[in-house]
Amino acid sequence: MTAKKNGALGPLTKVPTGIQGFDELSHGGLPRNRTSLVMGGPGTGKTVFALQALVNAARERKQPGIFVAFEEGVDEIFANSATFGWRLPALAKSELFFLDARLSPTVVQSGEFELSGMLAILKAKKQDLGAGWIVFDGIDVLLALLQNPGAEMREIYRLRDWLAHNNLTAIITAKIDGDASGPANYGFMQFMVDCVIRLDRRLEETIPVRRLEITKYRGSDFAPGEFPLSFDAHGMEVAAPETAVPHEASTERVSTGFERLDSMLGGGLFRGSSTLITGAPGTSKTTLAGQFAESACRRGERTLFVSFDEGGERIRRNLTSVGIHLDAHVKSGLLRMYSGRTDVTNPEDHLIRIAALLREHQPRCMVIDPLSAIGKGGALSSARAIGNRLIYKVRDHEITAVITSLIDSDDPQAETTDLQIPTIADTWIHLSYLVRGGERNRALTIIKSRGTQHSNQVRELVLSAAGPALADVYSSGGEVLMGTLRWEKEAEESARKLQRHAEFSNKRRELEFAEADIHARIAALQVDLDRQRAELALYTRDAEARHASSGEWKNELRRMRSADAAGAAAPGAGKRRAGRVSANSVKNNDKEPNRGP
Amino acid sequence: MARKRTKTGAADAPVTTVVVMCLYVAGKAPNSVKAIANLQAICRRYLKDGYKLEIVDVCEHPRRALADGVVVTPSLAKVSPGPASNVIGNLSDTGSVLAALGLHAGTME
Repeated sequence: MTAKKNGALGPLTKVPTGIQGFDELSHGGLPRNRTSLVMGGPGTGKTVFALQALVNAARERKQPGIFVAFEEGVDEIFANSATFGWRLPALAKSELFFLDARLSPTVVQSGEFELSGMLAILKAKKQDLGAGWIVFDGIDVLLALLQNPGAEMREIYRLRDWLAHNNLTAIITAKIDGDASGPANYGFMQFMVDCVIRLDRRLEETIPVRRLEITKYRGSDFAPGEFPLSFDAHGMEVAAPETAVPHEASTERVSTGFERLDSMLGGGLFRGSSTLITGAPGTSKTTLAGQFAESACRRGERTLFVSFDEGGERIRRNLTSVGIHLDAHVKSGLLRMYSGRTDVTNPEDHLIRIAALLREHQPRCMVIDPLSAIGKGGALSSARAIGNRLIYKVRDHEITAVITSLIDSDDPQAETTDLQIPTIADTWIHLSYLVRGGERNRALTIIKSRGTQHSNQVRELVLSAAGPALADVYSSGGEVLMGTLRWEKEAEESARKLQRHAEFSNKRRELEFAEADIHARIAALQVDLDRQRAELALYTRDAEARHASSGEWKNELRRMRSADAAGAAAPGAGKRRAGRVSANSVKNNDKEPNRGP
Repeated sequence: MARKRTKTGAADAPVTTVVVMCLYVAGKAPNSVKAIANLQAICRRYLKDGYKLEIVDVCEHPRRALADGVVVTPSLAKVSPGPASNVIGNLSDTGSVLAALGLHAGTME
């Protein structure tokens, strides 16, 4: 019946809680003027959740609220939330009203009771205050006194009717033991409310891990599943999935500090992207990260270098040995180094400190080395949650980040079962050792790079005092060659090249010589030919001259002999005969000059 | 048995003193109605005229109830004599009510 009344309230609207991440998960916050149930084991943050929503409403929308405390005293609540900077005592003087609804331990119970008296009191207070919110914190404490499931159900119904009639956005918190579905009455309570949020805190190894899950949201869509939950200086924060936080994707490229690597990545890393560098110990993850930090500083960009379990000075000294010099940038203030100890500080505190540094230093580039250190205690899902939040935070600030992660095995896929950062990182570079020929050499592979055509070739990372560099690797007979073997191969290759070159020049010279020889011979023959031709020409002219002169000689002879006209009278016969005679005479003449002179 | 006797001796004196009580109820809520009836029966039987009872309906006087620190109803507060005490519920368990009021069922009968 009351459900109908709820429906009559009109379409579902939502009120933001101001809890980072939760408003994204719930697509807008809690249902307005309806009841939400927050349940979880002890110490899961139920009270913080409720208080934060209340404080947010009071501060952001000047909406007064009532907090009914069944479990903790008001002073305790103030003390416990003092770290969040909400200034509850000040708010309690104006917008917020705290009702200490704990029953004194000396109270004797005799028979059944009901909530109607308390609700009458709260109604009066609501009118005085103009409250829009109400929190019943730890209602299980009160319900337990009823000692009767039927009575509990009756009082829950009473509460629900009262809330429905009073246009209050309500949060009821209730304790459950363990992660079981809880006592049966909460099942009923879950049915009664419009939104159910489950908080969970469990120990993984020795480190507490917190989770938030929306298990029900009547009339609304929400992000399903458990999400990491933690506390920082402002209160509770939920690591909402990436899709819930829209960021403008930059197309600007930022150098990794290695020209070769930049070109392998199609020009560098995208501004604001996060890059993961994985590798076994000693694979030069820090060197790569250091090179990135140095090049960022050289561009004049503010940079933050976060290291775990190794001091900033040691890192700088070690990097100097491979030609990466950070000291000057630290002095100039461009580079800020923060180093945290994971054995004494819990991961959430690191997160809070890093968040403070981000606000303070306002870096454009950032290194976290190695992020895997925060998961060292073995609480993987906690480390995962912190890691994820850190990456989201960095991304929110549009910082280009290089994050290293130590993996014990040389198989990069093993990483995916660990911190699960690869799924969030935009670029994933894996460093590995290749042992061959009695050497360990460092190989660099780009496993993924979002939005980028990247090289799928393996490169060798060569370290020297002049600075790190990338070299091509040789693959020979299906094996990748590095280090000395690469050098040998390179030397061999270049010797072979020299030899080939020499052979070629030799052959060329030989051929050129042969060609020249032929040309020379052709020239000599030509000379010979010309000479022959000239001789022939000379001879021909000589012969003709002689022939002509012999004709003239005959005619002269004939004229001198005064030959009769007979020869002239019969010119045809004469000519014919003469021709024959002349031919003979020519023959004779041929011999005659030889004989004559 | 020895303990019982000591208590009997202690309870003899306050019979003549007036017990001041305040019962907070919520309108005509069933347990509130029951509580009024139960308390009146107890008073008639054990306190005769030696009591003063104020019944406060929190629905009508919520601010008063708030000031008095009342959370659930029905709720009985013993104001005097001696240490203040509270009983919540419909007061169906006479023994615990008497104990809270500093009386003892056994001696009064």
